[in-house]
Amino acid sequence: MKQLFYGGVHPAEHKEATEQKPIQPLAKAPAQVVIPMSMHIGAPCKPTVQKGDTVLVGQMIGATAGLGAPIHASVSGTVVAVEPRPGTGGVPTLSVVIENDFQNTLSPDCKPRENVDALSSQEIIDIIRDAGCTGMGGAGFPTHVKISSAVGKADTIIVNGAECEPYITADHRLMLEHGEKIIGGVRFIMKALQLDHAFIGIEDNKMNAVNHLKELVGDAKDITVQALRTRYPQGAEKQLIQAITGREVPPGKLPADVGCCVFNAATTAAIYDAVALGQPVYQRVITITGSAVKNPVNLLAPVGTPFSHLIEEAGGFNGTPARVISGGPMMGFAQYDMSVTMGKASNCVLCLSKEDMPAVSANPTCIRCARCVNVCPMHLTPLFMNMFAKARRWSEVEEYRIMDCMECGSCQYICPARIPLVQQFRTAKFAIRQQAAKK
Amino acid sequence: MEEYKLSVASSPHASSPVGTKNLMRDVLIALIPALAMGIYVFGPRALTMTLVSVVFCEIFEWLYCKIMHKPIPCGDLSAAITGVLLVFVCPVTLPYWTIIIGDAFAIIVVKQLFGGLGTNFLNPALGGRAFLMLCYPVPMTTWVLPGKANWASIVSAADAVTGSTPLSNDLMKNSILPDASLADMFIGNIGGCVGEVSAIALLIGGIYMLAKGVIRIRIPAAYIITVAVLTLVFSRAPEDVNRVTWMLYEIFGGGLFLGAFFMATDYVTSPNTPKGEVIFGIGAGLLVVFIRYFGGYPEGVCYSILIMNICVWLIDKATLPHRFGVSAEMRKAEKEKAKAAKKAAKEGA
Repeated sequence: MKQLFYGGVHPAEHKEATEQKPIQPLAKAPAQVVIPMSMHIGAPCKPTVQKGDTVLVGQMIGATAGLGAPIHASVSGTVVAVEPRPGTGGVPTLSVVIENDFQNTLSPDCKPRENVDALSSQEIIDIIRDAGCTGMGGAGFPTHVKISSAVGKADTIIVNGAECEPYITADHRLMLEHGEKIIGGVRFIMKALQLDHAFIGIEDNKMNAVNHLKELVGDAKDITVQALRTRYPQGAEKQLIQAITGREVPPGKLPADVGCCVFNAATTAAIYDAVALGQPVYQRVITITGSAVKNPVNLLAPVGTPFSHLIEEAGGFNGTPARVISGGPMMGFAQYDMSVTMGKASNCVLCLSKEDMPAVSANPTCIRCARCVNVCPMHLTPLFMNMFAKARRWSEVEEYRIMDCMECGSCQYICPARIPLVQQFRTAKFAIRQQAAKK
Repeated sequence: MEEYKLSVASSPHASSPVGTKNLMRDVLIALIPALAMGIYVFGPRALTMTLVSVVFCEIFEWLYCKIMHKPIPCGDLSAAITGVLLVFVCPVTLPYWTIIIGDAFAIIVVKQLFGGLGTNFLNPALGGRAFLMLCYPVPMTTWVLPGKANWASIVSAADAVTGSTPLSNDLMKNSILPDASLADMFIGNIGGCVGEVSAIALLIGGIYMLAKGVIRIRIPAAYIITVAVLTLVFSRAPEDVNRVTWMLYEIFGGGLFLGAFFMATDYVTSPNTPKGEVIFGIGAGLLVVFIRYFGGYPEGVCYSILIMNICVWLIDKATLPHRFGVSAEMRKAEKEKAKAAKKAAKEGA
């Protein structure tokens, strides 16, 4: 089977800091959690609680309004505010602020489900919806929508355990320590989609996870654990599909259009928690790492924990941090305020010291070396896109298929001239969308 | 918490350790074996010429940017590469002032007038050589025989013993096997330009660049293979000479390796798409053979690359990688649809 996609880069992995460290609970629960009402693609949730309400762990506090997934309280305590707070995306987001009572009282609704084997496809989808499952790898697409839109259409289920971003080890540790949850979750997805086979794709720099899951699957033929080439962006949905099935998702189409349905490893475990244990998504594994923290760790933390608290859990800053990133170094968002909080899709808080900062050039000059063309996994020509974008010739930029760009950052990573390509493309895409909206 | 400042920027927050300067430095390192062979074959004048040329290329670049109030690109080493390459494609007997004129033309006219690094459409070193060939055809085609140079030649090489190159009109051009053995051709014990004689030294440099990822294999491979196949199939070998031997003489001679590894792979003036690179190499290979067989020049590498340089934008535009998710059948169907629409429009008119 062909296991390749075109291009890609291999940045220094830096995973050694946390890949041996077991997932640990927070040493000290946060005094306050700030739960954003928008942790998924689609419309923000509507808060169902008010200031002064008492909430329990796992109690729904945000109801869907359109496309989305409900949101649940991650600690028990009192709601002290429902107001916009700084978000990891850079804009203030309506959030529910809960003062922790440190009792950790679980909502009575959260209890293990009996005879899960009797559940029908639709029942599983409903449970996943009510548990607020969203894609936990980054984009945060509501999982129940993904499944229900793929029922009957998809013939291949792929679990994304690639974790191709440098530094992050949250999924790696999860697969090692809770492999049975992932296997269990996949089987629920298979049931929901009425399919009898699934792939788990893992980069071959995590062979211990590959072997562990293979052992768990044992002689069963329903799950294939596939080792993949370690190459960024192996975990990008379209590239993963291409590597495992050889199919290319057409422009503007969804994976379901080529019969594939991709779930992040953490999402799969969350599905298991939701279906078998009755636990909605209110906590997740997150890696706190980078050269600017004293003691890098993998934490199981409640959604809504502030970054400042997470960094304290990792021993605090080690000298002066230069950049704090929500997510990995290739696609993560740089933060300016440490009071922002982790969401369902936050898999990493990366703190870089000055030495690890990307190289910049005062006068970046394209030397047309075409390295960007050779690494672009979407078959684009970034140097031409950049040339036209610089000249603000949007129609030409569009002709060079800028809208196919997924901003993986491979081109900018490899660029010897240090041209801020991704930033240029984001600006160009924004301008093109604005232009289209005007017409 | 203590005071600190966080910097915010668009992703990615990582960059490859290889910058423009590293690439240029690697090219210069890769040129060292060929320079060493040049010095060995043609004497110390090869080194002094190279140094003069490098210094003047950097001076001209600095002067131009200073006068035009452009940011000074000093330290990116690209002008130094032009300086070395220009000497490599000139005979060792060329007076210093001629080389300096060539440097001025290469840097100011070919490179900077078209926007400098990244925007010139011709290879500066080859442009400089083409200019010198037009202006000073006799000194540009006066070749010294290997091993005949001495220390005095550093000042003036006017009294050097001259002879002909293997590919010249006296020899291979008219199907006469040169006296030099195949080993001489490969090691570089032959007459010719400073840096082009030693195929093995150039090959070592080329392999170094390939291993370091500075260049990609497509252009040099397509270039050399095309020349090899054409000179093997349409051989001009005399009857008593093995065709394969003759083919090796053809590819080891005339600076083909220098052109293939160092000139045709010049980032700025070569295509940027994988398919385009192959087309560029094949095109240059065809032109080399055409020029050698039917043209006025015995070697043809310089002009083959210059002509292909002019076609780069066209090649790039025609060979964009296929759109992700659009299969060959879908593309074909689209093309046929466009064709049918055109036909219908024509008939309608």
